[in-house]
Order: sequence, then structure tokens, then C-alpha cells
Amino acid sequence: MLCQDCHKNEATVHLTQIINNKKVELNLCKSCAEKRGFHSPFEKMPFPLAQFLTGMLKEKGEITRNGLQTLKCPNCGMTFTEFSKMGRLGCGSCYTAFRTQLKDLLRKVHGSNEHRGKTPSTTVKELKPIREERKLKEQLRQAIEKEDFETAAIIRDKLKELMELCEDK
Amino acid sequence: MFDDMIRHPATWLEGNGTEAEIVLSARVRLARNISGLRYPPIAQQEDREKVLAYAEDAITYGKDFLKGRLLYVNDMDIIDRDFLIERHLVSPEFMQNASARGLYIGPEEKLCIMINEEDHLRIQAISSGLTIEDSFDEASRADDFLSKRLEFDFDDEFGYLTSCPTNVGTGMRASVLIHLPGLVLTRDIENVISRITKLGLAVRGFYGEGTEVLGNLFQVSNQTTLGRSEEDIIESLGQVTNQIIDYENEAREKLFRDARDQIEDKIWRAYGILSNARILTSEEVMNLLSAVRLGYGMGVIKDISLNVINELLLFSQPAHLQKYLKMKMGAEERDFARAKLVRQKLAKSVASG
Repeated sequence: MLCQDCHKNEATVHLTQIINNKKVELNLCKSCAEKRGFHSPFEKMPFPLAQFLTGMLKEKGEITRNGLQTLKCPNCGMTFTEFSKMGRLGCGSCYTAFRTQLKDLLRKVHGSNEHRGKTPSTTVKELKPIREERKLKEQLRQAIEKEDFETAAIIRDKLKELMELCEDK
Repeated sequence: MFDDMIRHPATWLEGNGTEAEIVLSARVRLARNISGLRYPPIAQQEDREKVLAYAEDAITYGKDFLKGRLLYVNDMDIIDRDFLIERHLVSPEFMQNASARGLYIGPEEKLCIMINEEDHLRIQAISSGLTIEDSFDEASRADDFLSKRLEFDFDDEFGYLTSCPTNVGTGMRASVLIHLPGLVLTRDIENVISRITKLGLAVRGFYGEGTEVLGNLFQVSNQTTLGRSEEDIIESLGQVTNQIIDYENEAREKLFRDARDQIEDKIWRAYGILSNARILTSEEVMNLLSAVRLGYGMGVIKDISLNVINELLLFSQPAHLQKYLKMKMGAEERDFARAKLVRQKLAKSVASG
């Protein structure tokens, strides 16, 4: 079938639109479809990933059966369905929330689902004082904003203590 | 902005380093995300600004190694932005949305860090020639310095976590920019590309308009990031690149043996047009420079240096041209100014050579 806009290229994009209760069918080539503003959500996605996710969406029956539809990341709120459409995770916790599904996906995309490379040079424990420092600085900023100087003074002392502790190390 | 950078070409185009005639540059990129914050594709402004502030703090803290400067995309005009894209310091996507986006550029442009691209941080090191290990060492050291102040999302099973699952694990993309005119001329390129692809590596051409590969330049990179160590990935990319170099050299020998006159004619014609033309588009310059580069590699053209060829490749790009000449120009004006610049640089190079 030829593209109905340019009558030159093979139509590879087939769309059904409902306009004013009338069904309109469009058969376009890729570039004419783009001219009309139709972009595939998978266009910018790396190939094997898009393929895998499309496959998953097609097996929608399976998605419902496995309760995948209700799967949601407790931290950022991204649902598994949203991830399947977008191809991007919302935050680090998504990897925990979708671990079982991702293991399967990662094995298909990378041929492995186990990391064998570099690990962070600083441990989470070592970074604890920095997290604490950030939290205190944020509290200090808020206290000063509210002109609550009493609290601000307490926080400043805590910060000072923390800094001295870090320097001792 | 960038008046200091325009005076010299990027370090990765200096034309030194192993196999620098065929391999223009080696690049290593590490994707990292800060724990507890949403990833840029879905992050709200507040989270994006936090990422920028944390990154700024970590860069300041790591100033023993991170001696460059931090810039904000918001402060850059369109030419500044295109200038950085042409220099391969940033991705075109990075420049499409300026909000809370920062860019660290290290001394001599060896290292840069994109803040709030698809991942919170994209640490990138570039070096001239087949020097993937050098680039990795640079990027990895920056990573170590940053992780003194930042807790990165890391999972014992999946490794470094990234916005797109195709980057998870090492978060590393290692690539070489490689010039393959011999294989294009002998039409063996398709075979070579399909062989590389079967080895789990990705090949991309520098496409201009249509399907022709611009300047016979290709980018070869690792496809997967999980399940193998960084060293492993780099080693196999290096091995495959050496293999490609062998194929390219074989193709050149074959061309010289079977069609010497035609090849020399092609090279000298390209040189002739570049040294005399009055109007040149950037695509045309790229393609002609490819032939001149081949001529240099085959010893046909002797009175020109790789350095000058690389410099012309960069300075004939629209934003570089406008920055260098310190004026804004439309396409037609640029084509005229570009031809003049190319003529001058070539004449100067021959006179000094």
C-alpha cells in the first residue's frame, strides 16, 4: 500500500482516528506521519528495549494476571505500565519495586543481569555525615527564613559539632 | 562566552595519540545518579535544582582534581550551545532544555560533566587517538572524587542505576570516532559493520542529509553495560578497533594497488577545491577533508599536518565559524566565509610546512 499523502513511499504507519464519531483510517509513510505530528513513543528508545517492552504490552493479558498493572514504585510513584510506555525509570527505588520484571528485561538486553564492574569508592556509611550536614543546612535555612533564630542557633551548634567530628577523622 | 576556547581546537583534535590518523578520538562516559532524588526525565524543578546544588558542592570539594569551571546552560546563547555540541562536549538533547542544567568543563577540555541530562550526572572524558584507557582513567578518577560527596544509586545486583535500563551496571559507554574512507570506497564497509554489530558493538555513522555518511566518520561503541567489567568492555572495544584499522589499511593498500591514479586524482581534486573554492558548505568541507585526510595517511599529500586537518574539520562547523570570526551570519554568508577561512588556513599550513 502506498502512502496516502505523498503517493510515493510504502505506507508503514497505520492509524485509526475517531473524528466526530467517524472512523478515519490513515495509511502513511514514516516521513509523512512525522509531518502530521505522529511520533512513535518508541522512536527514541534503544532498539532491543523498545522491542521487549512492546512485547510486554502486547501480552496485556499476562500483565493483568500477574498484577503488573498495579505495580508501582513507592518512592516516585511511577507505575510499571508508565515505565513500559516511556522506557525510563523514575528513580533508584524503581529498580527495587520492579526487580523481578527488570531481571528478565536486563538479561534480554545485556545478556546478563549481574553487575561485575566498579563499585563506589566511598561507602554509604562513610557518606552519612555528609547527608546529615545537608539535612542540617536545609533546616538552618528554613529556620532563618522563618526568623526562628533560637532553633537556628541550635542547628548551627549541631553543624559545628558535626564538622569538628569530621575533621577529627 | 568561550572566547578562550575558540582560540585553539579541542584537545581531542590535536591529532596525537596512537593511530590518530584513523582514530580521531576515544571517549568514555559514565552515568551516575544521586540517591534519593528523582531522575531527570520525570524530576520536578525542585529536584533538578537540588541535583545542581549537590553537584556544585561535590565539584568544589573535589577541586584538587576538578580544576575546571562550572557553567549554566541558562547563561548560554544559541551559538554558545551549538559551539559545545560541535565540540562534542555535550549531547544535542542536553541543549534542548536549559532548566537547572549545568556543565563542568575541565582544563584542556579533557573532562566534562553534564548535570541533569538523562541521568543526574554524565561524566565524560575525551582524548585524541586510540586511547580508551586514558579516557576511562580520567572519567573514573572524576567519579571517585565526586563520590566523596555524593551517594550514588548503586545496587549490589544491578550495579550503578540509570534512568534508561540500557545503561545500568557500569553506566559506561566507551566509543571511538574512526575515519574509514578506504572501506567506504571498496564498499567493504557494510560487511565490516555487520561483523562489528555481531560482536555486540554498535556502529553509527555521522549522517548528514540523506543517507550518505558525512566525512566517512563512524562511531563504534559498546552496546551493553551490564555483566562485564569496565576493563573487559574497554579491552574488547580496543581489540575490535585494531581489527577495523587493519581492515581499513588493507582496503587502502588494495586501492593503491588497483586504482592508484583514480585515488590520487580524488585526493588532489579535494585538496584543489578546498584551497580554491569561494563557496563551501560544512558538509562539503567534511567530505573533502576526508579525502585530504586519506591523502595524508597514504603519504600522497605531505605538506599538511593532521592538526590542521582536524582544526578545519571543527572550525568549518557553523557555530565555530561564527565564533571565530566574531559575527553572526546566515547560511549563505557562512558558506562564503568558510571557504575563505579554509583557503587561508591551508595556505598558511603549506607556507609554514
